[in-house]
Amino acid sequence: MPEKNANTSLSDRLTAIAAIPVVLFFRLFEAPFRFVQKIGGLKAMPYIFLLPNLAFFGVFVVVPLFINFSFSFTGGTNIFLSERVYTGTEQYEFLFDCGNYLDPQSCREDRFWKAIFNTMTFVVLQVSSLVALSLVTALILNRKIRARGFFRAVFFFPVLLSPVVVALIWKWILLRDGILNAFLVSIGLERILFFISPEWAMFWAIFVSIWSQMGFYMLILLAGLQAIPPDLYEAAEMDGTSPERVFWRITLPLLWPNLLVVVVLALIKGVQVFDEVFVLTGGGPGTATQFIVQYIYTTGFASSVQNFGLASAASVVLGLVLFVLTLAQLAAVRRKNDV
Amino acid sequence: MMSDSAEQPRSVGRLITAKRGRSKLHWSDVFSYVYLGLGVLLMFAPVVWLALSSFKTPAGLLEFPPTLLPLGQISVEVPGYDDPLLMFSTTMEDGSVRELAQVRRIGIVATMLDPNDPDQTFSVPITQNEPIREVRMAWENYSGPLERFNFMSYLWNSVIVTTAATIVTLLINSMAAYGLSIYEFRGRNAIMLFVIGTLMIPITVILVPMYLVVTSMGMVNSLWAVILPGAATPTGVFLLRQYMLTIPKDLIEAARMDKASEWQIYWRVVMPLALPAIAVLAIFSIMWRWNEFLWPLIVLSRSEVYTLQVGLNAFQGELNVQWHYILAMTVVTLIPVVLVFAFLQKFITTGIASSGMK
Amino acid sequence: MTTKLTIALMGSALAMSVLATSASAQTELRMTWYNDGNEGEVMRGLLDGFEAAHPDITVTLDEVPYAAILEGLPVQLAAGHGPDLARVTDLGGLSEYYLDLTPYVSNPDYWEANFGPFLEWLRPTGNDSAISGFMTQLTVTGPYVNRTLFEQAGVDMPGEGATWSDWAAAVNEVAAALDIPIPMAWDRSGHRVAGPAISMGAQMFDADGNPALVDQGLMDMATMLYDWHQDGTMSPELWGSVSGSTYLGANEDFANAQVVMYMSGSWQIPQFAETIGDAFDWWAVPAPCGSAACTGMPGGAALVALSGTEHPEEVGILMEYLSSEAVLAEFYGQTLFIPGHIGLAAGGVEFATEDPRARHALETFAGAVPGISPTAFDLQGYPNNRVMFNALISRLGEAIVGELTLEQAFDRMTQDVEQQLAEQARDN
Repeated sequence: MPEKNANTSLSDRLTAIAAIPVVLFFRLFEAPFRFVQKIGGLKAMPYIFLLPNLAFFGVFVVVPLFINFSFSFTGGTNIFLSERVYTGTEQYEFLFDCGNYLDPQSCREDRFWKAIFNTMTFVVLQVSSLVALSLVTALILNRKIRARGFFRAVFFFPVLLSPVVVALIWKWILLRDGILNAFLVSIGLERILFFISPEWAMFWAIFVSIWSQMGFYMLILLAGLQAIPPDLYEAAEMDGTSPERVFWRITLPLLWPNLLVVVVLALIKGVQVFDEVFVLTGGGPGTATQFIVQYIYTTGFASSVQNFGLASAASVVLGLVLFVLTLAQLAAVRRKNDV
Repeated sequence: MMSDSAEQPRSVGRLITAKRGRSKLHWSDVFSYVYLGLGVLLMFAPVVWLALSSFKTPAGLLEFPPTLLPLGQISVEVPGYDDPLLMFSTTMEDGSVRELAQVRRIGIVATMLDPNDPDQTFSVPITQNEPIREVRMAWENYSGPLERFNFMSYLWNSVIVTTAATIVTLLINSMAAYGLSIYEFRGRNAIMLFVIGTLMIPITVILVPMYLVVTSMGMVNSLWAVILPGAATPTGVFLLRQYMLTIPKDLIEAARMDKASEWQIYWRVVMPLALPAIAVLAIFSIMWRWNEFLWPLIVLSRSEVYTLQVGLNAFQGELNVQWHYILAMTVVTLIPVVLVFAFLQKFITTGIASSGMK
Repeated sequence: MTTKLTIALMGSALAMSVLATSASAQTELRMTWYNDGNEGEVMRGLLDGFEAAHPDITVTLDEVPYAAILEGLPVQLAAGHGPDLARVTDLGGLSEYYLDLTPYVSNPDYWEANFGPFLEWLRPTGNDSAISGFMTQLTVTGPYVNRTLFEQAGVDMPGEGATWSDWAAAVNEVAAALDIPIPMAWDRSGHRVAGPAISMGAQMFDADGNPALVDQGLMDMATMLYDWHQDGTMSPELWGSVSGSTYLGANEDFANAQVVMYMSGSWQIPQFAETIGDAFDWWAVPAPCGSAACTGMPGGAALVALSGTEHPEEVGILMEYLSSEAVLAEFYGQTLFIPGHIGLAAGGVEFATEDPRARHALETFAGAVPGISPTAFDLQGYPNNRVMFNALISRLGEAIVGELTLEQAFDRMTQDVEQQLAEQARDN
C-alpha cells in the first residue's frame, strides 16, 4: 500500500463529506428493492437490477433499431414511418444489384461496395498494427524503465481527446502548408500532398486512429503482463531458457485473455470507424477512405435527398455482418475462458 | 488480479533485465528509451503545435513554412502618417540591408522610408522586402468568440450534461452488470449476447430514428435529449460485468448469511470492490459526453441549451472556415480534459490497468 | 423511477438556466443562423435595433455551425421542430417548409419589385406568388487573379472576352516564370463549375424543363477540367482530396500566393480583405468565356420565414423591418455582401471598406449580375439543383483521381440524378 502522508486525513474527510449525498441517494433505492426481494425472492432480483438499463436501452436503442429496420423497407424522403412509401425489398435489391461482387464498378451502388472493401482493408491493417504496437509498447513499459508512470500517461492521453479534435490536430500538421511538409522541405525533400494519394490517405487514417487509441489497449496489455506470476519467469531463468522462448512459451499464452479482449474491442471500433477519418480525409481521395458508416451517414443524412430507406438497408446489412463477427468472436472467447 | 502497482514492476522488470549484467547498458535498453522518447514526441508535439497555432493571426496561420511561434509584424508610428507603418528589412541596391517602413505599395514596387529620417523615401521592388516580426500572441482569437457567445451558458450546459449523464450511466450500468454477473437466471446469456451485439452498432447509423424517438417524448431542445439516450451504454455494462465476475462468490454468500439484502450487497459489497472499473467507466463517460458533437448538433437547436462543442463550432461556415477561431476554441474545450488528466492521470491509468477487463 | 432524485436535481438546475432567459411573457422569435464571417454580429446589431422599436418582441439568434443548417435543420423541419426563421442555402430544396409572408407584410409589391428574381428561387415548383424571405447574401461566382504575380512575371492579363483557355495559357506562363505551384484552382463545388459549363454551352435541362445534367457543354467543361489536372494547370488537391459532395476551397492557398488564378466567388471578398490585405493585389476579373456565354452562377443564402412558426404576424413584422432598404443597406455594407435587393443594387451600397481591391471586387461581381445567363438563373431556381451539383462534383472528382474514366463518370452522374429524383418522387 502507498504510504500515507499528512494530506490524506484531510482528503479522507473531504471524501467523507462528498459521500453523504451519494449515501442518501442509494438509501432511496433500498426500500423498493427490499420489497421486490420480499415478494419475488432471489429469483426476481436479476430482473429488477436489469430493468432500468434495459428500459433505457429499449427506448433509445431498440426502438430506433426497429424503426431503422422498418425504414429499410420504405422509400421516399418523409421522416415519419407512417408517411413513408412501402417498397418491399427494393432498397436491398438496389444495394445488391451487382454484375460481380468483387468489382464495385459493376454494381449499381458502387459506393456501397467500395465502402465495404475500404472498411475491410482498414480493419485488417489497423487492427493488426494497433495490436502489435500496443503489445510492443506494453512490453517495453513492462521492463525496468525509469518514469514508467509518465510514459504510461503520455501514451494514454490521446484516448481522452474527441475524434474530431484528433483529426483536426493531425490535419493541421499534414496539410500542404503544414509543419510536416515544412520539415520535409527543410531537409531537402519534396513536399508530399498526403491527401491526394490513396495510399498516404489510408496510411494516415490508420496512423491517426492508432495514435488516438493505442494508449487504452496498451494499458490493458500492460495489466496482463504485470499479472503474470514472477515465479514462472524465475523458473525459466533457472533453466536458462532464451528470452525468445520465454516470450512465446510463457508471456504470450498467459497474456492471451487480455490480447483477445484487445482484438475484440479493436475490431469493433475498426468496423465503426467514421468521424476521425471523415474529418481528416473527408473520405478521399476519390472514395479511397470512404468507409461503411460514412456511406450510411452521407446517404441518409448529409445528402440533398435524404435517402433514409437506402441508408437503413445498408445499416441492416452492416448489422448482420457485425452480428456474425460477434458470434465468431464469442465462440473464440468461450473456448479460452467462460463468458 | 494485481493488488499493488508499485511492487509488481520491480520484480518483473528485474526478471527481464536480470540476465543482462546490470552495469552495462544492453542494446534493448537503448532501444526502449529511444522508442519511448520518440513516443513522447509523437504524442505531445501535435497538441503543443495546435496550442501554438491557436495564437496566430489568420494571416500567420497561412504562412509557409509555418513559424514555430506566433509572430506579428512590427509597425511604427511615423509623424505625418495617420496609420502605423509596417517595418521591413530591405536589401538596398548596393547590397546593404536597412530597416525601413513601408509607406505604400503599388504593383510590385514599394515606397519605403527610414522612420528616423522620414523625409527621404525609397522605391524598392517588393521582392527585396522581408517583414520584421516579433513574437505576438493573438489573444483576440480567444477573447473575440468568448465575449461574443454566451460562453458561461455553454460551459454550464456541458457540465450539467456530462455530470448528469455520467451519474445515470454509472448507476444503471452497474446495476445491470451486477444482475448479469452475480445471478444465474434464465435469459442471462441472451441478454449478454444482446449487449455485446449492440456494442457494435455505431450511433451514427440510427440518428434519424433516435431523433424521432426523442421528439415523440417531447425532449427536443432540452438537455435531457443529450443526457438520456446514451446512458445505457453496452460498453459500460460489458466492462463492469467482466470486472464483477472476478469478485469472489464467497463474499456475496457471506453477506447473504449476514442477512444483507440484495441491494445492500450490490451497494455495500460489490460496488466498493468494483470501484476501479467504475472509475474507468466514469472517466470514459465524462469524455464521451464532453466530446459529443453530432447528436447534440441535431437535437439542440436553441442557443440556451447549446453545449460547448456545438456552441463553439459556430465558426464552421459554409464557404469559409475561420481557422483561427476553430483552433482557439478547440484549445478551450481541451483545457478541462487536460486538467482532469493532469490531476487524475495516475488514478486513471492505474485504474484501467487494474480493472484490466479480464 | 430509478432516477427520481437526479431528475429532481437536474430539473431545478435546468429551471434556473431557463428562467434566466424567459423572464417576461413577450413573444420570442428564434432565428437559426450560420456565419462565414461577421454577418452574425451585424445581424445581432440590427436585431437590437428592432427590439428597441418593438419592445414586445424579442429575437434570439441561434448561431450554429453550417453543418447544422445542412444536416440538422431539414430533419428538425420535417419533424415539426424548426425555428421561426432560418438562414438557409438549399433555397428550393426546403421550400415546402417556408411560410408565405404575403398576408403579413404591408407592401407585397415592394418585395416583388426588389426581390422578384430571388423570390422565385424560394418558391416550390408550381407556386409563383409566395413571398418567403430575402437574400442575406447574393453571391456571384467568378475568378480572382493575383495581379502582382502577373506584373512580376511580366505577363499581360487577358482582357474582357478572354476564354478559359486564354486564361489557362496566361496563368501557366506566370506560374512557370515565378515557380508558383498552382497555376489555377477552382472551388470543389458543383455550383462553381456550373457557370463555366453553361458558358461552354451546357443547357442543364431538356426541352420539357426536366434536369438533363450531361450534355455536350458539360462534357466539354468536365473534359477541360480533367485535362488541366493531367497537365498540371490545376493541382489535384481540391478535386482529388475529398470524397462525395464535400466542399473545398483554395482560399488559403490563394491568400498565400500559391495560386495565380482562383475560381470562387464574391463571398471571399471580406475574408481576402482581412487575410491578404495589402500583401499583393488580389483582383476580381469578369467570368471568362466559353462558346456560348461568359457567365458565372448566381447563388447565396436567404433568410426565410418558416411555416412552423406560432407567431406569423410577428415574423412578418420582423421580416418587414429587416427587408427595408435602410436596414439592408446597413447589413450589406457592413458584411461586404453583394446586395440581393434590386433597388440597392442599382443605387449602390456604401461598403464599409477602404481597401481598393475589395471595392474593385465588389464592383466587378455586382456588375456581373445583369450578364448572368438565364440558364444559370433557371438552374439556381431549380429546387433540386443540389442533386445535380452533388452528382456532378462527386463523380467528376472520382474521375480526376482516376477511379473512373470520364465516360463512366458521366454515366454515373446521370444515374445518380435519376436515382435521387426517383426516390424523391416516391413521396407523391
